[in-house]
Amino acid sequence: MSDTHAQTVRFVRDSMLPQAAPPAGQAGAVRWLRENLFSGWLNTILTVLGLIAVFFLLRGLVPWFAHSVWNANTLTECREIIAQIWGPDARGACFAVVRDRWQQWLFGFYPAHLYWRPVLALVLLFVALAPVLVPGMSRRLMAVSAIYPFLGFWLLWGGSMWLPVVALLGFVIGWVVWRALRGVSPLLAIIAAVIVPVLWWLLAAAPVDRALSSAIPLGIDAVRSDRFGGFVLSLTIGVAAISLSLPLGIALALGRRSDMFLIKTMSVCFIEFIRGVPLITLLFTASLLLNYFLPPGTSFDIILRVIIMVTLFAAAYIAEVIRGGLAALPRGQYEAADALGLNYFQAQRLIVLPQALKISIPGIVSTFIGLFKDTTLVIFVGLLDPLKGITDAVRASMEWKGIYWEPYIFVGTIFFIFCFGMSRYSMYLERRLKRDNR
Amino acid sequence: MNRTVFLSTLSIAALAAVAASAATLDDVKSRGELVCGVNPGLTGFAAPDAQGNWSGFDISLCRAVAAAVLGDGNKVRFVPTTAETRFTALASGEVDILARNSTWTFSRDTDLGLDFAGVNYYDGQGFMVKQDLGVTSAKELDGATICIQTGTTTEMNLADYFASNNMSYTPVAIQSNAEGEQQYLAGACDAYTTDVSGLAATRAAFASPNDHIILPEIISKEPLGPATRQGDSQWTDIVRWTLNALVAAEEYGVTSANIEELAASSENPEVRRLLGTEGGLGEMIGLDAEWAKRAISTTGNYGEIFSATVGESTPIGLARGLNAQWTQGGLLYAPPFR
Repeated sequence: MSDTHAQTVRFVRDSMLPQAAPPAGQAGAVRWLRENLFSGWLNTILTVLGLIAVFFLLRGLVPWFAHSVWNANTLTECREIIAQIWGPDARGACFAVVRDRWQQWLFGFYPAHLYWRPVLALVLLFVALAPVLVPGMSRRLMAVSAIYPFLGFWLLWGGSMWLPVVALLGFVIGWVVWRALRGVSPLLAIIAAVIVPVLWWLLAAAPVDRALSSAIPLGIDAVRSDRFGGFVLSLTIGVAAISLSLPLGIALALGRRSDMFLIKTMSVCFIEFIRGVPLITLLFTASLLLNYFLPPGTSFDIILRVIIMVTLFAAAYIAEVIRGGLAALPRGQYEAADALGLNYFQAQRLIVLPQALKISIPGIVSTFIGLFKDTTLVIFVGLLDPLKGITDAVRASMEWKGIYWEPYIFVGTIFFIFCFGMSRYSMYLERRLKRDNR
Repeated sequence: MNRTVFLSTLSIAALAAVAASAATLDDVKSRGELVCGVNPGLTGFAAPDAQGNWSGFDISLCRAVAAAVLGDGNKVRFVPTTAETRFTALASGEVDILARNSTWTFSRDTDLGLDFAGVNYYDGQGFMVKQDLGVTSAKELDGATICIQTGTTTEMNLADYFASNNMSYTPVAIQSNAEGEQQYLAGACDAYTTDVSGLAATRAAFASPNDHIILPEIISKEPLGPATRQGDSQWTDIVRWTLNALVAAEEYGVTSANIEELAASSENPEVRRLLGTEGGLGEMIGLDAEWAKRAISTTGNYGEIFSATVGESTPIGLARGLNAQWTQGGLLYAPPFR
């Protein structure tokens, strides 16, 4: 007899038994497996089938990746190296193509000595986004955000410094006019703040730009749009379209819920028309049909045309996502805003939109991710996107003809990093903004 | 070859609008640059290198035209066009000339409103099979599965050929050349069919080219040539005669190496007219006297272009075949320069 019950009167237990370890079948990995993978005959069969599928996948993939060759100049060389090391029947990945041509996937045909410009533009993009996306950043950085569109444009396309400066001046003039007239009449100030900059861009900007350029020729090497390609192109279109489509989408969503007949009708027509038409149709329109409508001799940059079309396309979707958020807001919120005596814009800005946008975050980010991936469709209008355009161009060279999966894996990985990043950020944002139901 | 006439309606509708502003030559001169629609990537015919410099058989023709018109073979902007958008891009004025291995057909020349300025490569559709299939003739392909690019007339040629020979086949639809190679190698189909030039390039890139054979039958005619917009005869003439000049140069033995010497000293009146030493032919098409000389010295004559881009000294290794001079049993026959 053990010592456990030494102090105990026979048959009557008055001390606790120490906890024993659970039986082997009810603990740790075994229990997890039983509960999750083999809990019944159906699940057991599915598990076994799944394991077999995984096994066959890995049997093909693992050696293929393990036999990767990174140092070679042609596909033939890759094959020779693989045959030499792993035997004549071995198959392996030839990632040497990525090593050889990675610049082309990232930068397209951007001049090699100017690669620093798109890189700097990307770094500055994060600086410009920081005050918008991260709480607690210095508000002074907002200045960077405000001038970034012009700075980014100048860095990417180069040319005279005065073009973006003169364009930016339009906004400055608008602001000055608004400040000056605000005391006289708010409505007049707003109207003047719209009309004066437009007049500036239409009439004064070109001569001023010419005068300044000839007086103080400050500029960097211009890069033409047909040198753009790969991820520089995708990111340029993606970032521009994302940042332009959000405000446009909000305006359309509000317009669609507006009581004013004309605004409501125009918003509905726009949204339904754009959503009813495939993106490729819009891109074809941008690249081919627009030429018929523009006066002969005008050449309107193809990347700009694509950005406009992609923006309009995304804005229609964003508008519907935000309208969902607006509809989800309890009626009481609108009534509360009215009861406080807020006017329409104050109510939207202070009460309605902050809540509606928060509800819409997952949908908005989904739209953005979709938009970013859709930038690969620009191959259909003759721009070299990273997925098919650049890949086909690389494959057409005799050195790399016959390569198939490796470019897709490389490009897919980069797209995954960007899209996964956006997705994680949206989840972080949702958690941060979660004010109710705590 | 891709011969999709997708968007053709658009092109027709478009044509009327463009015909009004027809003078492509003036546009090109004032722009200082030729805009050339090309294949985004076809081995030997058009491909950019790591620095973004385009080269290939079709590219050389664009450079020759640029040299003739603008005096510099590098003043060309290459616009990659897909099979679906190429003719619309030309009709809408997005490109000045389409040198994109496009087959000259009746409907394209008439209905689509294009002008073909000539033929720079005589191609034809063929079949590639694995050696161990034991097939030596396309007539033995009864019941085979065949990889075929969808939406092209390669597809229609195939159907015609099998119907006329009373055979059956199972098509496996593919989207691009690269996918076709992949499917064929993976065994998804017994035979892969496309233009013979494409088959040769594909086969050359295989791990073991000798395990595959290209069957001797050529089942279609594919005269590939540069296209221009209908209604601008002057521009079409420039492209046509630049191509003819390259062909004639080979016939008369004018190469990029000896062109200066021949221009100065040749006694052959045809060569003298071609190179602008006499005759004033250039003025008749709105160019100067030395247009053809510049074109030839920029790219070399037809034979030089061929052997540098797709010929037997390159990995693609195409024989001249139909693309030899008429004096060598081929079809190249430049009309007289007179």
